[in-house]
Amino acid sequence: MSGIDKNSGKKRVKKTEIPRTAIPEQEPRVRATNFEEVSLGYTREQALVEASRCLQCKKPKCVAGCPVNIDIPEFIKALEEDDPAAAIAILKRKTSFPAVCGRVCPQEDQCEKVCLLGKKHEPVAIGRLERYAADWEASEGEAAIPEIAPAKGKKVGVVGSGPAGLTCAGDLAKMGYDVTIYEALHKPGGVLVYGIPEFRLPKSIVQRECEYVESLGVELKLDYVIGRTMTVDEMLDDGHDAVFIANGAGLPVFLNIPGENFNGVYSANEFLTRANLMKAYRFPDYDTPIKVGARVAVIGGGNVAMDAARTALRLGASVHLIYRRSMDELPARREEVHHAQEEGIDFHLLTNPLRIIGDQEGWVEEIEVIQMELGESDSSGRRRPVPVEGSELRIPVDTVIMAIGTRANPLLTKSTKNLELNKWGLIVADEHTLATSKEGVFAGGDIVTGAATVILAMGAGKIAARSIDRYLQGQPLLTAEEEDEIRASQEKAAAGAK
Amino acid sequence: MYKILEKVDYSDDVYMQVIEAPAVARVAQAGQFIVLRINEEGERIPLTIADFDRDQGTVTIVVQAIGKSTRQLQELGAGDNLANFIGPLGIPSDIENYGTVVMAGGGVGVAPVYPIARELKRAGNKVISIVAARTKNLLLWEDRMADVSDEVIVTTDDGSYGRKCLVTEPLKELCDAGGVDLVYAIGPGIMMKFCCKTTEPFGVKTLVSLNSIMVDGTGMCGACRVSVGGETRFVCVDGPEFDGHQVDFDELMARQRQYLEQEKISYDFYLECRGDAQCLA
Repeated sequence: MSGIDKNSGKKRVKKTEIPRTAIPEQEPRVRATNFEEVSLGYTREQALVEASRCLQCKKPKCVAGCPVNIDIPEFIKALEEDDPAAAIAILKRKTSFPAVCGRVCPQEDQCEKVCLLGKKHEPVAIGRLERYAADWEASEGEAAIPEIAPAKGKKVGVVGSGPAGLTCAGDLAKMGYDVTIYEALHKPGGVLVYGIPEFRLPKSIVQRECEYVESLGVELKLDYVIGRTMTVDEMLDDGHDAVFIANGAGLPVFLNIPGENFNGVYSANEFLTRANLMKAYRFPDYDTPIKVGARVAVIGGGNVAMDAARTALRLGASVHLIYRRSMDELPARREEVHHAQEEGIDFHLLTNPLRIIGDQEGWVEEIEVIQMELGESDSSGRRRPVPVEGSELRIPVDTVIMAIGTRANPLLTKSTKNLELNKWGLIVADEHTLATSKEGVFAGGDIVTGAATVILAMGAGKIAARSIDRYLQGQPLLTAEEEDEIRASQEKAAAGAK
Repeated sequence: MYKILEKVDYSDDVYMQVIEAPAVARVAQAGQFIVLRINEEGERIPLTIADFDRDQGTVTIVVQAIGKSTRQLQELGAGDNLANFIGPLGIPSDIENYGTVVMAGGGVGVAPVYPIARELKRAGNKVISIVAARTKNLLLWEDRMADVSDEVIVTTDDGSYGRKCLVTEPLKELCDAGGVDLVYAIGPGIMMKFCCKTTEPFGVKTLVSLNSIMVDGTGMCGACRVSVGGETRFVCVDGPEFDGHQVDFDELMARQRQYLEQEKISYDFYLECRGDAQCLA
């Protein structure tokens, strides 16, 4: 390459020489006191520069790195040409909710991880560009209602209005099915509305996405607890030709250490639900209270732990984040960890809680922890943390938030006949079709995988919609080509293992 | 929206509402609860079902106004709407013929006892009910309980009506006399605790229905956790009924006091601003 543009004669900047465009953000000190969104999003100029960094690979690895295989170079090309309308159309071929994915996907583990630029330089900011296109549509574009196939005369019930349920319902509605979503809570959105805080994913965006799904003809029944108000078997008897179960993982896990039932100990689910769904951060204008105190300990190192820690901080507490492994193993998105550090969350790594100490009235006073060091690798390939003898210490706290995961909620599964579960109580579903042991019933998202990511749940929603469509048309759930592909990849994996 | 069809004030603080909720009424069973929300700013309030009518598609609740939300709910009457009404939640009562059952209800706790007593009577049990209250005008549903009981004993703490004693006195007498196969005790934490202490020496199985703090009511948040037999259980999905002899009532009552301070702030704010849109804004 000469580096001289043939047309203009000007020296062209090499793509690899353009640095990754930083995203404007609220100042850490300012945002630590409000619930407004941390990242402000690219301006048009910033998006143009960042889009121009894409190498437009002939065989793009990013597409394969995306759980829903978005045509990434193609949408970025459209942005580079200053055509966000085209970009959003390309995005929407594969994802129904780009405004959500652009904000909460762990891009550094997916598309951006395999970006060719990232080998020697920094990867293209794919997520930020996705967000830019989606936000442009919301503010400037005309909400394009996609083509809806003629009515097929079949009814599908979707359990849960989280990312998996919304995606599946939207896809099926576009195919011409009569779809009803049953949501247990009083607002749609699932984890997007009760779990992820306003400052990371504004609820107005979630509401817009839910309204979009409704605009496709999907009926949304709130306050409907499948397993109680109606069972899956009743849904099938009551005119639903197929059911997709995407009710989420559910029950919070506690550590089983002494003192967990003292007042002031929350599950992250409870803490975040109070703050996000119930808007307790606006108490007493909203009725639901939340008690934070001056000092908070958050136990865990995932995205949920970061969300809980940063919510507690915004409610005025100083926050200790306690995680038993080291920074390298911390499972949260890098951006969340970085934001949490900037905002002043105090990280106690290689530290494990032993017990919670309470006062006479049953309120939390202190948490006793022990230092850990990394020992041998365990089954997950990560070095197992082992306690350092005699290193116990006590941290005075008013509140403890357990963010160490969830387990399956038995409410739906227990009330459904002939539904196979695994030893953790999660629904057993075929990995390629999401078919369960029960005729006409499909399942996906966290209730199948255990707690995972928004984009994986959306991917499951897409697969379920495809399977349900084929099932209702009397076709095999997988085409011959898909069967061949699966066999080939299994053989390849088996050969690799040898 | 869920319409309130009927509202009756039993006293200054205790009231009944009949709510149109056909999807809930269709499958409601004795012992279960619902969660309601008054409006967009409202909290989710769990309440045990006091009655239901599947044909009419209605669910009845009985509430004691003790704070902001329960007072605000009291101000709603026939024709008004609730934003949300979710249920039925929790595991229904286990209805079978046990023989002789004693149904002890304290204060508004009598209301959730009623449908359980009715079903137990229908299943062939001999039902002896103890209807208890602090004072006469807080006494609830004596007539309804009489309809579904073989015998009704009324007690008030101050002796203004019925026997002047605590609920535990006739309970102990019945246990002393022998032949009691099962006891249900539903009411304030302290009342349930002492009912359980009364029956424990006799080895009479005693079921209680717990009213812990909840948010979602479907197992998601864990706010309602309680120690039963040394293990943590969730009232919303594992209960609300538990073997009272296994329940750590002191912990339960401490946990119920968790938001006293905020509840007061909220109630004062409400009383000050009631009906004053400008003040609330």
